[in-house]
Amino acid sequence: MPTVSVKRDLLFKALGRTYIHTKVSTPGSRDHWRPLFPALADEEFDELCFEFGLELDEITSEKEIISKEQGDKKAEGASDVVLYKIDVPANRYDLLCLEGLVRGLQVFKERIKAPLYKRVMPNGEIQKLIITEETAKIRPYAVAAVLRNIKFTKDRYDSFIELQEKLHQNICRKRALVAIGAHDLDSLSGPFTFTAKRPSDIKFKPLSKTKEYTACELMNIYKTDNHLKHYLHIIENKPLYPVIYDSNGVVLSMPPIINGNHSKITLNTRNVFIECTGTDFTKAKIVLDIIVTMFSEYCENQFTVEAAEVVFPNGKSYTFPELAYRKEMVRADLINKKVGIRETPENLAKLLTRMCLKSEVIGDGNQIEIEIPPTRADIIHACDIVEDAAIAYGYNNIQMTLPKTYTIANQFPLNKLTELLRHDMAAAGFTEALTFALCSQEDIADKLGVDISATKAVHISNPKTAEFQVARTTLLPGLLKTIAANRKMPLPLKLFEISDIVVKDSSRDVGARNYRHLCAVYYNKNPGFEIIHGLLDRIMQLLDVPPGEKKGGYVIKASEGPAFFPGRCAEVFARGQSIGKLGVLHPDVITKFELTMPCSSLEINIEPFL
Amino acid sequence: MAAHAPGAGSGSGCSGAGRDTPSAPGAAMADGPVADVLLRRLEAADGGLDSAELAAELGVEHQAVVGAVKSLQALGEIIEAELRSTKRWELTAEGEEIAREGSHEARVFRSVPPEGLAQSELMRLPSGKVGFSKAMSNKWIRVDKSAADGPRVFRVVDSMEDDVQRRLQLVRGGQAEKLAEKERSELRKRKLLTEVTLKTYWVSKGSAFSTSVSKQEAELSPEMISSGSWRDRPFKPYNFSARGVLPDSGHLHPLLKVRTQFRQIFLEMGFTEMPTDNFIESSFWNFDALFQPQQHPARDQHDTFFLQDPAEALQLPMDYVHRVKRTHSQGGYGSQGYKYTWKLDEARKNLLRTHTTAASARALYRLARKKPFTPIKYFSIDRVFRNETLDATHLAEFHQIEGVVADHGLTLGHLMGVLREFFTKLGITQLRFKPAYNPYTEPSMEVFSYHQGLKKWVEVGNSGLFRPEMLLPMGLPENVSVIAWGLSLERQREPPVPRP
Repeated sequence: MPTVSVKRDLLFKALGRTYIHTKVSTPGSRDHWRPLFPALADEEFDELCFEFGLELDEITSEKEIISKEQGDKKAEGASDVVLYKIDVPANRYDLLCLEGLVRGLQVFKERIKAPLYKRVMPNGEIQKLIITEETAKIRPYAVAAVLRNIKFTKDRYDSFIELQEKLHQNICRKRALVAIGAHDLDSLSGPFTFTAKRPSDIKFKPLSKTKEYTACELMNIYKTDNHLKHYLHIIENKPLYPVIYDSNGVVLSMPPIINGNHSKITLNTRNVFIECTGTDFTKAKIVLDIIVTMFSEYCENQFTVEAAEVVFPNGKSYTFPELAYRKEMVRADLINKKVGIRETPENLAKLLTRMCLKSEVIGDGNQIEIEIPPTRADIIHACDIVEDAAIAYGYNNIQMTLPKTYTIANQFPLNKLTELLRHDMAAAGFTEALTFALCSQEDIADKLGVDISATKAVHISNPKTAEFQVARTTLLPGLLKTIAANRKMPLPLKLFEISDIVVKDSSRDVGARNYRHLCAVYYNKNPGFEIIHGLLDRIMQLLDVPPGEKKGGYVIKASEGPAFFPGRCAEVFARGQSIGKLGVLHPDVITKFELTMPCSSLEINIEPFL
Repeated sequence: MAAHAPGAGSGSGCSGAGRDTPSAPGAAMADGPVADVLLRRLEAADGGLDSAELAAELGVEHQAVVGAVKSLQALGEIIEAELRSTKRWELTAEGEEIAREGSHEARVFRSVPPEGLAQSELMRLPSGKVGFSKAMSNKWIRVDKSAADGPRVFRVVDSMEDDVQRRLQLVRGGQAEKLAEKERSELRKRKLLTEVTLKTYWVSKGSAFSTSVSKQEAELSPEMISSGSWRDRPFKPYNFSARGVLPDSGHLHPLLKVRTQFRQIFLEMGFTEMPTDNFIESSFWNFDALFQPQQHPARDQHDTFFLQDPAEALQLPMDYVHRVKRTHSQGGYGSQGYKYTWKLDEARKNLLRTHTTAASARALYRLARKKPFTPIKYFSIDRVFRNETLDATHLAEFHQIEGVVADHGLTLGHLMGVLREFFTKLGITQLRFKPAYNPYTEPSMEVFSYHQGLKKWVEVGNSGLFRPEMLLPMGLPENVSVIAWGLSLERQREPPVPRP
């Protein structure tokens, strides 16, 4: 869930809240207003967030953040302006900045109407971005737009940059799907070309550098850049890198890594050219729509965006931003039926309008026509509209009822058997352990004297630590590790676990399957084979499996295994099949698990007893 | 069965033997002749008697009498014994000597004959040095320094009274109180007397006084029961303030006890348990079937354990896969879809399931294929896996609890109603619901409960109505809604006692 941090004072001012404010004058900075009872304001805002589906995650300040991360020393002199960190639902890109949050909440509280976003044609020539076919293999899509006569302030500028960052981290999938570039249009001259070139042929002065570098050099420099190093892999090993030029050969950006310094936007920038390039056309269009709808608020003609034309390699040209309004038709009784309320169509239309979904009742009086604005790319189905109606109605105002669904409960037979056995194992004096299903290769192979290739184990491709290399093929290592961690407990240690192991099995759709195993260990000054054997006898008695070779009975037969002491291992046969082994563990196994006492163990598959 | 294991014949069959039984008495009491005498004396005594006096009378160690008192006390109300501490004057070794043989000065006086004695000779006597100066200051003797052969000592008086000896003899006779305080302190300064504190018992008859007490039994025995002798025997009392012996038993794991409790709640509510015994899942069932787009961050290598071997699912239900593909990439079933290029290779990738909702998807798909549709209530509690580095607040595997209800016309109000019943069974009654986002539910709601300890609302679960884009490609009828909720077992606490 993305977290947006906004200055509380700015937020309250924009929300036009009526908290009693007090004017705070700080020498050297502008006066600002602070709520007189911040705790009350915090609480009220928290409630509003909850109702709307946001979460006021933390109330902090820049100073506090730095001091928490880097220590009090570093935090000296940092701003102590109160910041709200607000968790925003992952699909609500329109709430990722102060502007969007305020707009959403103000419409929700019916203090303003949702703005109508308009795309306008320029007075002069339209800005053109031409895509060459070299981009096809690396970053085939681009969209663009112009924010004309915008007025930045420090706070607006910071929010503009921050929104791009939030979009990059979320919908843009860390710039892999979409990367955004914003430029001072007045420093450039169109038409622009989006092409791909060999890295050695790209040379420009990037943002916040004082000289020109080739793309190869830049990629080296940014390897140590804490922010940019995460994006290098997107193009690093490609023969051609994407790059955007203006008509004079000035580099606007080398997406998705860095913009050129030449067209850098400043507080004085009045006209902004925005390009979004990427591998996902839909998302590129959404990202562009979000940026321009959020910041056209500061344009001279509020909420209007100047169109730009993008020419694709096939010669077709499109105009962006799309800023498409879509109409959806939903029956009022569908909303009522899905939410469990009984509201009139008119009321439902009003509720939806409060969610920035302008709605009206049409047709037979039961139909609601809903206009989906370009800011709400998350609305893709009627169910999304239903949810918004429910949110505006207030989740906690919905009458709770019990469904009349009549069903007879059944336990999953394997789990039922497990539950029954667990209790009897504990009654037999053994203590239940709960161990991880993932472990290292060493645990299930080397330490048990087995070669990993003989285990049929499922291997994990991307573990962060060696503790999670494979899924366990036996419960024994987990129990032995548990004993090792509890060596200070009085002897004997008697543990058991009934849980799943995993092995490859090509007869299953995924090529692997679980088996429910029962494992028990006895750890003491003497091996206690007779105790483990007695436990097996007790289990068989509980399962109503008689001793003996005859059909349906169980026997143990001398066997061997690398984990067991020679001559001290037996195989368990029940219902005509081998179900596992018991025996005294080999001293090498005991030592490898950092244990010092003799130990006997039993491990069987319980699935034949279903 | 011990026969298999040479040398282990005895096993540990007699569990608990040899352990202490702290609250039960050990050996029988040690009573003896002293106790008998004590009881007889006490019977005759008027009021009570002092242990030290009795010891003196009997000529036994005081400690022997104290032992008798304690063992009689242990029998109950036979006697009452009050601990007293008394101070007493006793003679030091030197004091004893003086009481016997007279003070040093008296001995000096007696050794001086009427004709006198050379001082040097007198000084060689054992009491000479100390006795000479005392006898001088008592004016019993005098020294003639002008004698021809050195200083000579003569008697001044014909006889004297040896008060020191007399006083010490009084103390020895137990009559120290007859001495004046000043006299005692003088003798103490001369290290002839010391004051000792004596702890004694003042013993009197108890409410159950009897002179014929018999030996107490520690425990009831089979012989006593068969002979009936227990009727006449006294039993040594238990020490109820001691700890008991812990039962020699195994235990269930606390978290799995909570799992049992949750299973029980679901079963009470009529929910059938879904099979979840497949930790390995394909991306298809784990994500695609749930309408989770292929670029979703949860499908990132950083969050999910993917498999190297077996890397890909071998079989997928291809008809259904095509419907899922179309819904993702183009939409359908009333949906706009996500409008991206859906890749089968991505769906085939095997992983360790990140949620049990994958198992729910399989269960709902099976349900959809059974015609006609029958309403269901399903639940599961099992392990799920996330690619995390272990620390105090992160586990790479944990247990997810999930409930699912599918029926015609289910509403958000139904979901909240079921959740209220579910959480009420857990003892959680203060609930509220917050709008939330899940890729596969819409509407979605997070469940919060008021935490009395933390004094704030805490999230306890996540819930919603499964999206039509997930249900309709499975083949479920259009008017069937599926409500579902999930929570983490690890975040639940163990119930202190089974609730009624």
